[in-house]
Amino acid sequence: MTREDIIKPENLVYRRTPVLTDNVMHYCPGCGHGVIHRIIAEVVEEMGIQENTIAIAPVGCSVLAYNYFEIDCIEAAHGRAPALATAIKRLYPEHFVFSYQGDGDLAAIGTGETIHTCNRGENITMIFVNNGIYGMTGGQMAPTTLSGMKTATSPFGRDTEIMGNPLNITELIAKLPGAYYVTRQAVYTPALARKCKKAIRQAFENQKLKKGVSFVEVVSNCNSGWKLAPVKANEWLEENMLKYYPLGDLKVPEGK
Amino acid sequence: MAKELKLMKGNEAVAEGAIRSGVDGYFGYPITPQSEILEHLMAERPYEKTGMVVLQAESETASINMVYGGAACGKRVMTTSSSPGISLMQEGISYIAGAELPALVVNVVRGGPGLGTIQPSQADYFQTTKGGGHGDYRLITLAPASVQEMYDFVELGFELAFRYRNPAMILSDGVIGQVMEKVEVTDYKPRWTNEYIAKTFPWAAVGKPAHRNHNIITSLELDSLKQEQVNIRIQKKYKECEAKEVRYEMIQCEDAEYLFVAYGSSARICQKSIELARKEGIKVGLLRPITLWPFPSKILKELSKQVKGILSVEMSAGQMIEDVKLAVECKLPVEHFGRFGGIIPTPSEVLDALKKQIL
Repeated sequence: MTREDIIKPENLVYRRTPVLTDNVMHYCPGCGHGVIHRIIAEVVEEMGIQENTIAIAPVGCSVLAYNYFEIDCIEAAHGRAPALATAIKRLYPEHFVFSYQGDGDLAAIGTGETIHTCNRGENITMIFVNNGIYGMTGGQMAPTTLSGMKTATSPFGRDTEIMGNPLNITELIAKLPGAYYVTRQAVYTPALARKCKKAIRQAFENQKLKKGVSFVEVVSNCNSGWKLAPVKANEWLEENMLKYYPLGDLKVPEGK
Repeated sequence: MAKELKLMKGNEAVAEGAIRSGVDGYFGYPITPQSEILEHLMAERPYEKTGMVVLQAESETASINMVYGGAACGKRVMTTSSSPGISLMQEGISYIAGAELPALVVNVVRGGPGLGTIQPSQADYFQTTKGGGHGDYRLITLAPASVQEMYDFVELGFELAFRYRNPAMILSDGVIGQVMEKVEVTDYKPRWTNEYIAKTFPWAAVGKPAHRNHNIITSLELDSLKQEQVNIRIQKKYKECEAKEVRYEMIQCEDAEYLFVAYGSSARICQKSIELARKEGIKVGLLRPITLWPFPSKILKELSKQVKGILSVEMSAGQMIEDVKLAVECKLPVEHFGRFGGIIPTPSEVLDALKKQIL
């Protein structure tokens, strides 16, 4: 069989969604961002909403997310993505609007915007990638860094007596009346990635209902920041991160 | 159609001007002495009249970033605040300038520094015209001296902001914000449709149609050579703005031997000082910059050949005077007079200062 015999439409089992660009992603090998990007892009493609979707990129590792989504995209200031998303959704109420943020962006510098956007019940989708560390700036302690976890600014491990406690912001958000759907997912196995895709699809579909924020936390890894090879990082994630950030739905719409 | 006149506060005029000129969105946070803007907007329910969005945000930081989001999508969006709140907005303003987006910010200035006072001041001149946020950018700055101008400059501010894809600022103060005057209002203009925006502003993030690449709104460029090109492009735009958009008013300058330079409420006070001075035979005129950036340097240089001395009058410790001195190249005496911390000088105080410092 030649190469030409194989490359035929009927043999196609998997392809790049056209909602992702051709650009080579800058993410470290093994990083969850690429998978999460792909899931979002596939959902946008499958729902047929590319023409009326607007994305908000954060500051942090995914600052260049706009280079990968074939979607009109705005790069926000650190922590402010939900403020942009609020205005955009109100000005374009029939559009699909989503923000994409990491833990430092969403749960430290942008906590005010996060809480108030969720509490107002803006009809947007918020994607929150939690890897417990500031990846872009070189692995410093994040609001979600686990107790005892070593980072560049907690080199002997996070001492909660001195450095405070890890913030489980998703649990806080689930308590807010404006939050319609709150779930915590992961993408480090194919099965989990498929489950995560279902959740993200749900979070986008919800925008049609105009019932409030749909919030998806994705517990992810940071091989570089954690200083672990990809496989080891995923094992560490499962053993440690998921204890403090257990997977599953935190708030589901009534009757679902 | 007969002229429609209304008696209103400067702050209310901003709100009314926004609704009637077809602004799409207002995002703000209460702060004295400008809270009437948000109050008036909420009371008028423009979302029912024109479809305008009005939202009380959780902070000035959120407000300016909501404006950033709306501006990125080609909508006419604005925020208003007073000095401490405007300080909080500086990062967002820099982003909006860096991403080359049109937006309008109104500062009803109060006395500082710090929490300062809620009384009027003009001490935010440096922050506004020299770039309060980071990086090489400018704000197109309009300084209203009446409630009518508070009304008119909303539409003018958006016109300039969209022409240059740059944020514009209305730099007002607690006097102009709070005083009540007669205003001639315009008819309600329809807001731009989404189709018009998508067609007219090809850069706007409105959703990617099949026929074009995705639009990216960002102020980030990691390649320094490219970032330098961005800066060069922005500076070129500013040169054009300086050449075309200078606005000012000259009052009794024809025979003037001395000159006041003053903007906003100080210019109103100086007009009265001129009356008092001329009764005493002192021929003084007033140059009132309407745009603080671009500053009316050329006309000031012209006038400097005619007058013997200039008194720059501001409710600050002396900020605009630096631009006055630069404009006249220090070829004649230029002095500053001002009260600050919320104190408004009287016309006779200004005249006394002219006599003591210049005559």
